[in-house]
Amino acid sequence: MDIQFFIELFFGGLTRGSIYALIAIGYTLVYGIIELINFAHGEIYMLGAFTALLVAGALGVYGFPTESILLISALVAVIWCSAYGFTVEKIAYKPLRGAPRLSPLISAIGMSIFLQNYVLLAQTSDFVPFPRLLPPMEFLEYIDYIMGPSDFLILIASALSMGALTLFIRFTKMGKAMRATAQNRKMALLLGINADRIISLTFVIGSALAALGGVLIASHMGQVNFGIGFIAGMKAFTAAVLGGIGSIPGAMVGGLTLGLAESYTTGYFSGNYEDILAFAILILILIFRPDGILGKAKVQKV
Amino acid sequence: MSRISKAFFTALWFMLLTLPVMGIKLNLMENRVDWRLDRVLYLGVAAFFLSMLWTWLFSRKKRNLPLIKAPAFIKIDFYGLSANRAVRRGFFASLILGLIAVPLLASFYQTNIMISAMLYIMLALGLNIVVGLAGQLVLGYVAFYAVGAYAYGLLHQYFGFGFWICLPVGGILAALFGLGLGFPVLRLRGDYLAIVTLGFGEIARLAMLNWTSLTGGPRGISDIPRPGFFGIPLNINEATIYIYYLALIAVCLTVVVVLRLKNSRVGLALQAVREDEIASEAMGIDITRAKLSAFALGSCWAGFAGVIFAAKTTFINPASFTFMESAMILSMVVLGGMGSISGVIIAAVILIMAPEYLRAFSEYRMLIFGAIMVLMMIFRPQGLVSGEKRDYQVSALARKEADAQ
Amino acid sequence: MTPALEVRDLSKNFGGLRALNDVDLRVDKGEIVALIGPNGAGKTTFFNCVTGIYQPSSGEIYLYNPDKTLLNGKKPNVITALGMARTFQNIRLFGEMTALENVMIGRHCRTSSGILGAIFRDKKTREEERATIDDSYALLEFVKLHELWNEKAKNLAYGAQRRLEIARALATEPAMLLLDEPAAGMNPQETIELKELARDIRDSRGVSILLIEHDMGLVMSLSDRIYVMEYGGCIASGTPEEIRANPAVIKAYLGESDA
Repeated sequence: MDIQFFIELFFGGLTRGSIYALIAIGYTLVYGIIELINFAHGEIYMLGAFTALLVAGALGVYGFPTESILLISALVAVIWCSAYGFTVEKIAYKPLRGAPRLSPLISAIGMSIFLQNYVLLAQTSDFVPFPRLLPPMEFLEYIDYIMGPSDFLILIASALSMGALTLFIRFTKMGKAMRATAQNRKMALLLGINADRIISLTFVIGSALAALGGVLIASHMGQVNFGIGFIAGMKAFTAAVLGGIGSIPGAMVGGLTLGLAESYTTGYFSGNYEDILAFAILILILIFRPDGILGKAKVQKV
Repeated sequence: MSRISKAFFTALWFMLLTLPVMGIKLNLMENRVDWRLDRVLYLGVAAFFLSMLWTWLFSRKKRNLPLIKAPAFIKIDFYGLSANRAVRRGFFASLILGLIAVPLLASFYQTNIMISAMLYIMLALGLNIVVGLAGQLVLGYVAFYAVGAYAYGLLHQYFGFGFWICLPVGGILAALFGLGLGFPVLRLRGDYLAIVTLGFGEIARLAMLNWTSLTGGPRGISDIPRPGFFGIPLNINEATIYIYYLALIAVCLTVVVVLRLKNSRVGLALQAVREDEIASEAMGIDITRAKLSAFALGSCWAGFAGVIFAAKTTFINPASFTFMESAMILSMVVLGGMGSISGVIIAAVILIMAPEYLRAFSEYRMLIFGAIMVLMMIFRPQGLVSGEKRDYQVSALARKEADAQ
Repeated sequence: MTPALEVRDLSKNFGGLRALNDVDLRVDKGEIVALIGPNGAGKTTFFNCVTGIYQPSSGEIYLYNPDKTLLNGKKPNVITALGMARTFQNIRLFGEMTALENVMIGRHCRTSSGILGAIFRDKKTREEERATIDDSYALLEFVKLHELWNEKAKNLAYGAQRRLEIARALATEPAMLLLDEPAAGMNPQETIELKELARDIRDSRGVSILLIEHDMGLVMSLSDRIYVMEYGGCIASGTPEEIRANPAVIKAYLGESDA
């Protein structure tokens, strides 16, 4: 076996998996709190990529220095997508609290289609090139067959943001309130936690991470399209389910697992079946182990 | 005042929100940025009024008032009318006559649109069995449509089978696929079922795309024959008219079957499962079996529609069977009202016809479909047409009435 | 006496929590038996195990109708078909359906027409449908709801909903009927009517009844025998007089509930 190829695939899978994990966290947070598959989440990721592309393009035209462009455009994308996430929740999900379970799900699907077509109509249906913004990194020269600057950036940025999220959830007051609401919304309400605010916060955090994922992947792949959110969203959801939906470490583990699995299948078999793999994993997990690797089983109440 | 200031801030918020995506247009050729602030401004104005409308609609919803009240002078008692047998018969008779006349009066192009509208009616009514009656959200419905279409395409290509053999075969194959998928997944909770069926639909599409040796991959299958008419060769125009009548008969059959199913013992059980699975089980309903029946019948119908679709277009490829198709069919069911037959038909006709005739509308078609799904769930989850109540003839009451006279 | 329902050493664990602990219970044919105990004693869990919604961790459940059948591991719909029906503590009617349709659904397991029958509407299907409608209407008359037959269930008054649930359960032709707090939320007049209805069900239809109830007046005057549960276990059983005099019961339950 070619060990170098194996390692290359490993890091490729890690990069991919980190992006899945970033998006998966949004699914898992929202599901943990309001038990909704937020279908529009993949579109937030796409919006993140698109916003960054547009801002970066504009800044480039106005002659900003290359080093600052990526930072500014990423920041704008993250802030704007948080606002999108917040708005989507207020419009499409908040009015449906207490409605039958399928109602918010259908609303979410509608929102997803709406956002895709919003970008399609406002911009274009073509793939748009994302500007090259990363400076060459000299220390990567010796391992450049394993990872380029963008892979490096993805690994670092996702590790940092996931670490920050973990600290936030574990140690801050808001984070504790989020965990409490996820465990028992009624009880949290009685304890004076403003559930609406926690839900909004959940959407904001999830969207910010998805947007970050969007920016990173756009600079990695070099192009963006209005349709990238659908497949990425499905895969991230697969990752969330794989790790046990509702669990943040689960989303990270699930994302990395899926990324590696995809990378190795593509490397050793064929790239044609990469998407089928993700869907097959999703279906098999939901049928045989719906609580995922790290999730806990629940008892149905009668 | 507060409503206006709220609308004003909402408008500001949306202008800010959409500033990058709507406002920036990159012109990379000439290396410049076209600021499209006019669009952002228009959007702000629209958001202002929509916000007022939104608040108003919510205030009505909160007070349980109907969202739109028809003025008194055009208020027709539809339910009273539809209860009148003579009126109902007259209406359906003239509707059928009108539909029979269409291909004789309309152009080739319009007839084709009508055919696709009728295919969608079939699909929407089929999905309505699964989603509307049984309450199982299936997002990969178009996969069964594809099974029907590819069954015809492949059976013709490899074995030379004709339309009339493939029609039942396509339906049965699709039903088998439905059962095969249904067995493992039907015990899943609603939202998981939705996502699994979506995954199944995508796998089916990817398989069609990548299994090039069998399906022709992205190129698809071409030269599928139109249905034969007792061995008489037909030109394109005649064949289209012929297919139109076939589709019309298929739709009428669909309506009869779905209507009868809905009002039957099985249909009642399906509706019970939709409302409360635990209570249904406690009442002796085998919910797995009930759901499987709905699944099989719904997918069988998609299979029929698929065969007719292949015969109509004579060419099929995976691009016709994307998730967006499934979403479109679902939005017809949502708009029409889950479980309502007339509502779903009306919704399918509106959603197919409107983009064809209103050019301005066609570009925004999917955008509007998405918005419809959100808005219907919020403001009218029961759909356009609701409250179809079935008349039951109770013998004891009939006797009492007879005694009184 | 021949038994109608026999439960031996029934236990149910949820994770580490033991919700039911070796419960023994027996209802004879034609008996009305009450199951009482403070909230959280495991009464509804007991019902859920007996009707197949939960799988018991250990123990056996037998239904006699007329043959002795082991119910463990059977699905709820199979148990219903074998002759056991129930109502729910938090009423679970099909709210969007009419009263008549709710009862018609109860007839489901005693009728047989399938999809093909529905599509072709052959003679057998039409006759079966006719009979289903008339039988269901007769059951509505039995619980005095026939005037509201075409109302949606969710629009009925609380007491009427409870009676409709009973009618729906009777439509499955049970030998054993389980009622989970049938009088909850009823006014005194309705409670008296409920008592008469329960006796009528037993006397005219030969159905044995096991009920969970908190209304002690109703329990004492209606039941032939009473089982008392506490902390998942059965602490006493006997006639109403015996239960009234049982010091353990007074200590565990009656003393507290009067306060």
